[in-house]
Amino acid sequence: MRALWGTMRAELVGAGGVVERNVYLTRRYIWWDVAWFIWTVANTLTIVFIAKGVESSGVEFDVNEYMTYLLIGAVVWAYLGILFGFLMETVAWERWEGTIEYTFMAPLSRAMHLAGQGVFAILYGIVRAVFLFGVCTLFFSLSMPDANFVAALVILAISSISFIGIGIMTSVLPLISPEKGTQLGFIAQGTLLVVSGVYYPVSVLPDWMQFLAKFSPATYALEGIREAILEGKGLSDLGDQIIPLVVIGVVSIPLGLWVFRRGELYAKRHGKLKRSG
Amino acid sequence: MIDVQEVVMEAVPVERGVAVEVHELRKEFRRKDSRKRGEKRGEKRTRVALDGVSFTMEKGETVAILGQNGSGKSTLVRLLSTLLLPDGGWARIFGYDVVADERAVRKLVNRVSVEASFFKKMSSSENLSYASRFYGMTSRETRDRIPEILERVAFPRDRRTEPMENLSRGMQQKVALARALLTSPVLLLLDEPTTGLDPRSKLEVQEFIREIRKTHDSTILLCTHDLDEAEMLAERIGILDRGKLLALEPADDLKRRFEADTLEEAFFAATGREFEAEGDDDDDREVFA
Repeated sequence: MRALWGTMRAELVGAGGVVERNVYLTRRYIWWDVAWFIWTVANTLTIVFIAKGVESSGVEFDVNEYMTYLLIGAVVWAYLGILFGFLMETVAWERWEGTIEYTFMAPLSRAMHLAGQGVFAILYGIVRAVFLFGVCTLFFSLSMPDANFVAALVILAISSISFIGIGIMTSVLPLISPEKGTQLGFIAQGTLLVVSGVYYPVSVLPDWMQFLAKFSPATYALEGIREAILEGKGLSDLGDQIIPLVVIGVVSIPLGLWVFRRGELYAKRHGKLKRSG
Repeated sequence: MIDVQEVVMEAVPVERGVAVEVHELRKEFRRKDSRKRGEKRGEKRTRVALDGVSFTMEKGETVAILGQNGSGKSTLVRLLSTLLLPDGGWARIFGYDVVADERAVRKLVNRVSVEASFFKKMSSSENLSYASRFYGMTSRETRDRIPEILERVAFPRDRRTEPMENLSRGMQQKVALARALLTSPVLLLLDEPTTGLDPRSKLEVQEFIREIRKTHDSTILLCTHDLDEAEMLAERIGILDRGKLLALEPADDLKRRFEADTLEEAFFAATGREFEAEGDDDDDREVFA
């Protein structure tokens, strides 16, 4: 019993170590973070301005609602990018710095190692998403009288579990292919962007893409967050989004860990943990 | 409070005589790159990095493995530290198999490699701090321990908060030693820890290794191509050449067996080539291994 407690404690401390390391790195690269945030704001403003552009062409619609619709898509997309980015860096950055072998030979389970990376990514991502949403809302003076922000944040947090599961699967790619793995990870990210209705309703997609959308957690996250912010729905009204998100999360995390383990074994068999760069 | 060292020692079986057992260990790499004349496009080439290596180490013993670039030294270290999977044979650390019991092995082992390998924007203290968490050490446990261990490796107090990228290689290597010792490993794997260091830093690192031998209960496997270093620090010296372990004996026995006055002559007699002479094949093997 004492040994079990000791192991559990060591695992939690280890996961905390991953968070601690990312805090140090964020502090050291703070200006890079600021620059990246400014770029994200500019990118999001560009997307939201599309609604203004459509309005200027004479089409009549609720421009405030459409701008909010696009803003939610852009913020969730930016959030997803942060999560995937951090998980991809689990391998890619460590290989670049040369620390990957030291991390992989430490007595910390891969599940807790990745959990630490995921927890930091979620916390960091949510802070940035809230800032991004706030800055853009102020810029356009958007009005959201019915918004249920608590429900929207809960949906974002639940969907993060699924995003982390998928992110773990893609983070294995740099382990298998040190040169091109990171780029391959963008394929998964891009696929989610197309099929999940980030900037348009899923219903406008061809049938086969709508079928794929059913398996994307981003589809349910976007629908849920939009319903919470635009229609003011509470968690009790968002079961159609929460249940699939939980199911995808329950499947994707163990699947992600399994895939990562396969990738790690491949890397160890073929000597691909060595530093490159 | 749980003592990490205590947890580590709990994991060590009661039978403690043999620290490392390696039996017919084999590792080969297949790569598509560096195509040579006569080979088809896309054809994979195989290089045997370790070819049936067998040896044992007693607890508390220091063994040096001598070999040129590409001889398989780093592959051996990586196999023992669970970073590679063998293609044949087996290796055990204090009775734990490096493949089947990898987590138990990881608690017992730490390593210092030729490249110091740190997050370069982070300071020495930050690097040691997060790394120690991976071994279950809390901030309360390391608050005093990190400054102590940096003191022991003679790392200047006023440079502890400086990013690693501002430090010389010698200083970085001292921090690497501190990182390894922080987790109190019972098997310390040193993979060319002094290669590329200036003479003064080299002496300081060697002196510290000697101190570890005296004060710690660690077993040390030192892979090096520095003959003097091997003779000075190790009780037994192995000659690893092109993946084969040709001998593993005390330095004097090696010299006697090969009727040599120096280790260099013994190496030449064992391998049939000068210690410093490396051909294209050695460079090629290094890329693979």
